[in-house]
Amino acid sequence: MSALNIATYVFIGIGLFFNFVGAFGLHRFPDVYTRLHAATKCTTFGSIFLILAVVMQSAGMWAIEGAHSPQSIMTIHSILALVALMVTNATSAHAMARAAHRSGEKPARAVVDDLEGKEND
Amino acid sequence: MINWLAVIIAMAVCLAIIIVRIFIGPGAPTRLVSFDTANTLVVTGLVILAMLFKDVVFIDVAIVYALLSFAMTLYVAKYIQGDKF
Repeated sequence: MSALNIATYVFIGIGLFFNFVGAFGLHRFPDVYTRLHAATKCTTFGSIFLILAVVMQSAGMWAIEGAHSPQSIMTIHSILALVALMVTNATSAHAMARAAHRSGEKPARAVVDDLEGKEND
Repeated sequence: MINWLAVIIAMAVCLAIIIVRIFIGPGAPTRLVSFDTANTLVVTGLVILAMLFKDVVFIDVAIVYALLSFAMTLYVAKYIQGDKF
């Protein structure tokens, strides 16, 4: 087993661990804001590591097969998918948090809401 | 060789846990959060399926899916917070 395969297994392990943490965080946390925190952060981090594992394997095959192999397309398009995922996940998490607050969702066991009445921006 | 089939089965189990929260989640914002999380996992699963079947088309579908799910999330968020379109 080469060093590239060992690094790929480590990346897959980290990615699957964080995806499962995000999935269980959706069930363990009490309100929508903490669920958003758990799910969005953990699945973005886990997806980064899983796609990097795919990038490492396809780049390794690209280096073996030469410059004109079809693995070059797979490597570059995987990096493009990773960039699209990272940009859109952070932005949509902010949009969902703002929508949840403006639709009247209260945080669980919260006493003070600092954003009360600050609706126009 | 890496066993990508085991990875995609683990991703499917993870996705099933999230889909349970889509059905039982109280209120629209929780369902929206769960749906966005499921979309992220579907994009990652498509990239892994491209590696499993050795076909580049899955990754192009994954890029388009990521951008369209982003647009869906933004418009449903605007609907939930009560804006006019």
